[in-house]
Amino acid sequence: GEGRGREADRGWPSPFVMRPRIALNLKGVEYEFLEEKLGVKSDLLLRSNPVHKKIPVLLHAGRPVCESLIIVQYIDDAWPSSGPSILPSDPYDCATARFWAAYLDEKWFPAMSGIARAQGEEAKKAALDQVVEGLSLLEDAFGKISKGKPFFGGDTVGFLDIALGCFLGWLRVTEKMNGMKLLDEAKVPGLAKWAERFCAHDAVKGVMPETEKLAEFAKLIMAKFKAAAPPPQ
Amino acid sequence: MDGVKLHAFWASPFSARVIWALKIKGIPFEHIEEDLPNKSALLLQYNPVHKKIPVLVHGPRPVCESMVIVEYLEETWPQHPLLPTDPHKRAVARFWVKFIEDKSPNVWMVYRTVGEEQEKARRDSSEMLSILEEHGPNKGKKFFGGDSINIVDIAFGGVALWMGAMEEVSGCKMFDAAKLPRLNAWIANFKSSPVIAENLPDRGKLCDHLARLREKRLSSSTSK
Repeated sequence: GEGRGREADRGWPSPFVMRPRIALNLKGVEYEFLEEKLGVKSDLLLRSNPVHKKIPVLLHAGRPVCESLIIVQYIDDAWPSSGPSILPSDPYDCATARFWAAYLDEKWFPAMSGIARAQGEEAKKAALDQVVEGLSLLEDAFGKISKGKPFFGGDTVGFLDIALGCFLGWLRVTEKMNGMKLLDEAKVPGLAKWAERFCAHDAVKGVMPETEKLAEFAKLIMAKFKAAAPPPQ
Repeated sequence: MDGVKLHAFWASPFSARVIWALKIKGIPFEHIEEDLPNKSALLLQYNPVHKKIPVLVHGPRPVCESMVIVEYLEETWPQHPLLPTDPHKRAVARFWVKFIEDKSPNVWMVYRTVGEEQEKARRDSSEMLSILEEHGPNKGKKFFGGDSINIVDIAFGGVALWMGAMEEVSGCKMFDAAKLPRLNAWIANFKSSPVIAENLPDRGKLCDHLARLREKRLSSSTSK
């Protein structure tokens, strides 16, 4: 019917694919999942996202929307009277959420993905330090933004919850693979408790990958990466 | 209504974007010129994460990151809209703003580097321009926003109108007008729009400034 979306998905492991799924779940919008075959991009994907040729792509009434957080905003705009508002209603709160989402995508997540790719102990430590510093900034932001409520979005999961929460699976894998606690209750208590609430939320739990499965997937990619890397000089 | 202040820098394309949005919407504001690199204590207080301009301060509250500020202005002062109302058209506009934000650092890299690094940045900048030329939502229109300037025009304007100075100072060409007829026409339209024309730094002054910065940067850089 009118409310249906369709989503192209190769990526149960992808945090970016998770974002629109959470948004659609929050809005109670039914959607069809189009599984992309690993290594092969479908014609539909290439037509829908000719610039980046990447998932996620949302197709609604035949029209494509690309880029995970733009899709989330679109879902909020397109289904305004279904479910909670995903973006904050106050423009200043909106700007704050957007600021932190940009920080996550431009600085924090690249640092976290950089840990596995880092060449040598020093580079690895530098990347880890950036992630830890980022978490400390986010802990502070959570305190200010949530104002004692359970989520960044207040009583309900909102834009910034989605933007950050989608990385929790990979954060846990990073902890596991490096034998360290990043979401440390002692250092970032607010975020640690928020993470539990987020993962338990109805709109999230069905789409959050299991850490074990994700860790195995990560090992697969790392092996491929090492195999493809040039031999050391 | 609470007063608006903008911490800006005359040579910054990021400040320019915000100034254009403020002027298009007719929002009165106080321009506070930061004496970079001597950042004011107030600036560091308002933007502790990035420590950069522009910062818009509305009443007591700071907003950072040029395109986040522009979206904030759009939501707070709806007159002279910079985003369409249709959800899909909004998504398309935001897609191109993000594309420009993601790819434009290559342009700054051309200006900041030499040799192989610069050549790669030049290729990536040219690719960004080709994609915009081919897929950009301004086909047959004066601006990306149609008859009037919108958020995509503002985002790209900050890049396109600084590119010439960066090419001049770095001796590295990125914009091939023959291959980019639509974008070339767009630049002429955008530059001649009164709000934009009246809020651009002097080209000579900008080139001098950029040349000085580039020299400083290159002479002090160590091997990477």
